[in-house]
Amino acid sequence: MGGGEWVEGWLAAGWVDQWVVGRPGDSSHPHSREQRESEAGQLAPPEPRPAAVLASADSAAHLRASPLRRSHLGAHLRAGASAGRRKQRRRRLPALAPRLPGPPAATMSASAVFILDVKGKPLISRNYKGDVAMSEIEHFMPLLMQREEEGALAPLLSHGRVHFLWIKHSNLYLVATTLKNANASLVYSFLYKTVEVFSEYFKELEEESIRDNFVIVYELLDELMDFGFPQTTDSKILQEYITQQGNKLVTGKSRVPPTVTNAVSWRSEGLKYKKNEVFIDVIESVNLLVNANGSVLLSEIVGTIKLKVFLSGMPELRLGLNDRVLFELTGRSKNKSVELEDVKFHQCVRLSRFDNDRTISFIPPDGDFELMSYRLSTQVKPLIWIESVIEKFSHSRVEIMVKAKGQFKKQSVANGVEISVPVPSDADSPRFKTSVGSAKYVPEKNVVIWSIKSFPGGKEYLMRAHFGLPSVEKEEVEGRPPIGVKFEIPYFTVSGIQVRYMKIIEKSGYQALPWVRYITQSGGCQCRHAAGGGPRRRPAERGRGPRRRAGGAPPSAPRAGAPRRPEPLWQDGAAGHDVWQPHHCLGAPQARCQPQCPGCHRHYSSP
Amino acid sequence: MTDSKYFTTTKKGEIFELKAELNSDKKEKKKEAVKKVIASMTVGKDVSALFPDVVNCMQTDNLELKKLVYLYLMNYAKSQPDMAIMAVNTFVKDCEDPNPLIRALAVRTMGCIRVDKITEYLCEPLRKCLKDEDPYVRKTAAVCVAKLHDINAQLVEDQGFLDTLKDLISDSNPMVVANAVAALSEIAESHPSSNLLDLNPQSINKLLTALNECTEWGQIFILDCLANYTPKDDREAQSICERVTPRLSHANSAVVLSAVKVLMKFMEMLSKDLDYYGTLLKKLAPPLVTLLSAEPELQYVALRNINLIVQKRPEILKHEMKVFFVKYNDPIYVKLEKLDIMIRLASQANIAQVLAELKEYATEVDVDFVRKAVRAIGRCAIKVEQSAERCVSTLLDLIQTKVNYVVQEAIVVIKDIFRKYPNKYESVIATLCENLDSLDEPEARAAMIWIVGEYAERIDNADELLESFLEGFHDESTQVQLQLLTAIVKLFLKKPTETQELVQQVLSLATQDSDNPDLRDRGYIYWRLLSTDPVAAKEVVLAEKPLISEETDLIEPTLLDELICYIGTLASVYHKPPSAFVEGGRGVVHKSLPPRTASNESTESPETAPAGAPSGEQPDVIPTQGDLLGDLLNLDLGPPVSGPPLATSSVQMGAVDLLGGGLDSLMGDEPEGIGGPNFVAPPAAAVPANLGATMGSGLSDLFDLTSGVGTLSGSYVAPKAVWLPAMKAKGLEISGTFTRQVGSISMDLQLTNKALQVMTDFAIQFNRNSFGLAPAAPLQVHAPLSPNQTVEISLPLNTVGSVMKMEPLNNLQVAVKNNIDVFYFSTLYPLHILFVEDGKMDRQMFLATWKDIPNENEAQFQIRDCPLNAEAGRPGGNKNAGSTGEWAHKALFILFAPR
Repeated sequence: MGGGEWVEGWLAAGWVDQWVVGRPGDSSHPHSREQRESEAGQLAPPEPRPAAVLASADSAAHLRASPLRRSHLGAHLRAGASAGRRKQRRRRLPALAPRLPGPPAATMSASAVFILDVKGKPLISRNYKGDVAMSEIEHFMPLLMQREEEGALAPLLSHGRVHFLWIKHSNLYLVATTLKNANASLVYSFLYKTVEVFSEYFKELEEESIRDNFVIVYELLDELMDFGFPQTTDSKILQEYITQQGNKLVTGKSRVPPTVTNAVSWRSEGLKYKKNEVFIDVIESVNLLVNANGSVLLSEIVGTIKLKVFLSGMPELRLGLNDRVLFELTGRSKNKSVELEDVKFHQCVRLSRFDNDRTISFIPPDGDFELMSYRLSTQVKPLIWIESVIEKFSHSRVEIMVKAKGQFKKQSVANGVEISVPVPSDADSPRFKTSVGSAKYVPEKNVVIWSIKSFPGGKEYLMRAHFGLPSVEKEEVEGRPPIGVKFEIPYFTVSGIQVRYMKIIEKSGYQALPWVRYITQSGGCQCRHAAGGGPRRRPAERGRGPRRRAGGAPPSAPRAGAPRRPEPLWQDGAAGHDVWQPHHCLGAPQARCQPQCPGCHRHYSSP
Repeated sequence: MTDSKYFTTTKKGEIFELKAELNSDKKEKKKEAVKKVIASMTVGKDVSALFPDVVNCMQTDNLELKKLVYLYLMNYAKSQPDMAIMAVNTFVKDCEDPNPLIRALAVRTMGCIRVDKITEYLCEPLRKCLKDEDPYVRKTAAVCVAKLHDINAQLVEDQGFLDTLKDLISDSNPMVVANAVAALSEIAESHPSSNLLDLNPQSINKLLTALNECTEWGQIFILDCLANYTPKDDREAQSICERVTPRLSHANSAVVLSAVKVLMKFMEMLSKDLDYYGTLLKKLAPPLVTLLSAEPELQYVALRNINLIVQKRPEILKHEMKVFFVKYNDPIYVKLEKLDIMIRLASQANIAQVLAELKEYATEVDVDFVRKAVRAIGRCAIKVEQSAERCVSTLLDLIQTKVNYVVQEAIVVIKDIFRKYPNKYESVIATLCENLDSLDEPEARAAMIWIVGEYAERIDNADELLESFLEGFHDESTQVQLQLLTAIVKLFLKKPTETQELVQQVLSLATQDSDNPDLRDRGYIYWRLLSTDPVAAKEVVLAEKPLISEETDLIEPTLLDELICYIGTLASVYHKPPSAFVEGGRGVVHKSLPPRTASNESTESPETAPAGAPSGEQPDVIPTQGDLLGDLLNLDLGPPVSGPPLATSSVQMGAVDLLGGGLDSLMGDEPEGIGGPNFVAPPAAAVPANLGATMGSGLSDLFDLTSGVGTLSGSYVAPKAVWLPAMKAKGLEISGTFTRQVGSISMDLQLTNKALQVMTDFAIQFNRNSFGLAPAAPLQVHAPLSPNQTVEISLPLNTVGSVMKMEPLNNLQVAVKNNIDVFYFSTLYPLHILFVEDGKMDRQMFLATWKDIPNENEAQFQIRDCPLNAEAGRPGGNKNAGSTGEWAHKALFILFAPR
């Protein structure tokens, strides 16, 4: 079959008629293209994108991504690419609506959520979107272990095109999978929220509680997220319609609490209390970073205000603090005010109101919740100053001397002080001597814990410990964990923050009493060991292994014997509520052994 | 009593027993049985055999039981689609239940059953639920539209659900609004060009109002949606920012990050002189710092994003260096990120503190962290010039610790410092040399060898040192071998008298005993150079090296802008555009920051601008990485790595240059020794053939190179694109591209038969087009195309066909016929295929030709989509495009003359 005839024949067959064979001049006609398309339905080409333009724009970006971008060539390409882009836009603009929509949103969701046991076996899962095969989770644990080995463990792992976002809680892994460019912060936030909800339902969230409550876990997973979008995650509201005892929900009696979709989604209507009260806890802790020579590199105060609300109806609350910005706004003197650097609020607080005039106004949830947290960076000294001398005589013994000094007002008392001092993991036969309190060796944590029940301000105490060391030293390098301190000082805040008032207005007009309590807790503190001075256990020296032995001192010599510089250290571990016993009314005379909170039986005073 | 008892029964015949229990008359027994079934499902047993029995339990007034049955359905409906139909009636009935909880549950579950047959039945109940009186049902139905769209997009469009969904944005209930926004965003993702969300000042206002009322998650949906809006001018941008800033005080870190995203994006539109701009900058810092007290995973996301923010707007956090100091109990991933941000924030003002910290970190236990800390010291030296001396002495202190990996890492960074400050810190070389023996990592060895070679004239025993490496030459890694070769050549050029033997030895090791092509090539090049013209060789090898700078590890600006638009998402954590890790075209749309538009020049704003206005400032196509050029050079031009680029890669490029200069013909030659007469010195363009060459100059050389070769090898050929998908052509898939080779144009086609029958009788025809392109020969498919077979055909084209101006200009409409049917498609051809290669036209001749065109024929038009400029970047492509070729004036004649 000859080519020429073919084409001719074909033309004769008339199939070309389906084209609008326009005159060259026609093309200027604004509708010519639409006409063409409408008349030749099959022909309508998919929105043609000039492949060449896109491709070379790619190359330009690629070049720009490289260090090469300074070169003339890069510049040239850039110009080229942007010109190409401009052209394309010019063409595409009229094709779209006059107003150009932004590029579409990133998908914000997780595809599925898994709860795995410590070995990576799925305990329970929920597939929300169905775009990731549920078997993909099998890759998670091997991947995690591999990354851990490489020292490249991160909260985001990917296998092929599946991304795993995971957190660990007690002996469980909570893993969300996605294929898309999901909103990572939302997913982690959601996973933590899930932990919170489960914990409130089952007290402890762990492998056992998942197994024991799998029906309710399924129900909750169904309610917490839909198609990857987090929904209701307020456990108090959830508890109104998803209850522990499923059989309560019989025969259509159960309704959606209107709260779920209300603007006030955190408080149900119709609550009733005989005695309307609010208890306010102002809890502060100090985070410090102390240099090797004892100077404070970084110090910040982190505070939270927690509320226990026992109020009827839908009360409107307003909290007044001695906030410096507010004082400035209202022209009050700045004395005794506190400059809050950053404030974070529970979702019940009207943020735009606060932004406007610094008023903290809200309708509170019922019961316990954290109303707000704040942060100030000011120079503060550690409240309990620790000096330590740890003498290590290799192959024979370690001698520890710790001095603790209360650097707070004499009238205040720190309760439940626990000072934990790290000891080498191969230490044995402990002996202690303390001027006050008692010391105890906790071999599983490699620490000595020195506990002092009550520690008044300005006092100084001493503890000595003695450990034996094996004659054969072990090889692996140990870190230098800091000394940790836990405590609570009631009736005292470091920042000087004060609750000036708490106004409670409810339409029924009842009288309600607010009570307030101030506590300072131990925060996180990091103190560096002296660098450079004296022989210290640096990785530098230990890492060499065999070489050191070759040229080293005889084993009996006290190699690491020189005392370390005094180390004021305390760190970590906000004291849990269980540590903190109901206390006597100390310090402030106006604290008249105020009413007890019905929930925790602690004592409060009025603001 | 707990649920765990349900997991314990593992007897044989369990399924049978369960079946009996499921069909029991007693409600309690039934429920227990369903729980057992779900428990088995949970532990991964296949209980799909019980499908009909479980579905029978669906009609119950017990909500818990119903939920369990629904759960079972979601899991197994897909494997039993036919039986799933059985459930439809109950679903439909439940959607009318007086209890909104049940209505919502039914509509939610139905959306999760991804069975086509069911979705049809879903439409009616869904329509009702979208208008339900209860907001709980409406918010569930809104999400269900997104689910349904995921299963059957067409159905959703046909049923008008999208419009209903859009109406829900104005719903009175904030949760409904939030879910509608989320669902629309999700749907819009698969329709990048659609105007689904229809963001305009009015709808934005609605969203901003809803923002104050909805749950934390709803706020995130809305903020993420807002981030896609481009305000029309700076006033609008500012007013949105003002209403978004209160979100920075939200306790949920994800809300804060999404708000930061909106603010960072809209800030781009604000003038820096504006007071508000300064206020906004100040407002951003505290919440970012507070994010560092969140849970470690959220901290990690925050830090990865702060890393971007610090690069985009360093002024926000410049005084907050200290908060990034590493804490003992930070997880390692947090530590490493903090370190990176510290370096980015390092400046002359705070360098002392930074260095003290880094030195502290360098004595920690964690090897990876220590290494990164040492490397960071080097980066500080390069970034803050005033600190270089202090950094070097810190590094020397660290070398004195003799910890092996610290020493090696320090030597690697000192090499970089030498690259930045040549001839300044030579005094440390002696200390470095002392540690020569302890180096066992290739990178450190290579760095040390480079230093010895570079400063060979000042190191008395440089020859001995290098010779000591030479003994185990073949055991070294390529990196070290290449470095050794270069270093010895440098040494030779500096001290020719004593090292002739050494250089001979290394050249023969590299060229004769090695089977590594890179090494051999470089060896030959040096050999040729040295033997041809030692003076030229000196110029080449010892040329002054461009200085490195800290910018090498910054993220490239367009990518950075794109990533700023993705704050909080995976892209911002990976520091990669979504296209790099999300599969498929769906959902991969490049974002860019909005242009700065002042309100008084609103005529130029994208909304009001006419199509042709210079709207190029708002590019929405940001090209991706991974292109031909990179492939060609086999270079890693990907995201910048930390630390300056390794010298080796530039050396390889130098080699390419030299080969391009025509040396390949000489490869076979047996060099006789130094001073051999038979060589031409390589072109001057190849000077940076030694270590110092930046990648930039290497590349530009490459382009020079192609300009020489381009005429022979033809122009750039785009990869084949699918022009006609098999779906649209009854199984025939056509992909193709256009090429121009030595003066002739052709269309390279690839025909694939994806149908089940044999295809024959192929023919092709073009519609009239702008340049009269037409097939010069018939489509030759010699044998019938059997199923799953592919043929490649090159169809020669000429430009003598009939002409009609097309829109766009380079549009070509093609018809292909086979024994089954005739198929039509259209494609765009690159204009360069029309240009002649030796496109230079005599100036006089051009003018004469130009004048020949009658004046009245002159008219102006725009060539749209002409890929000329972009094409210029292609190797070879520039050649054709850059010249005034036959078609340039043919176009003039054709488009103008006929008037």
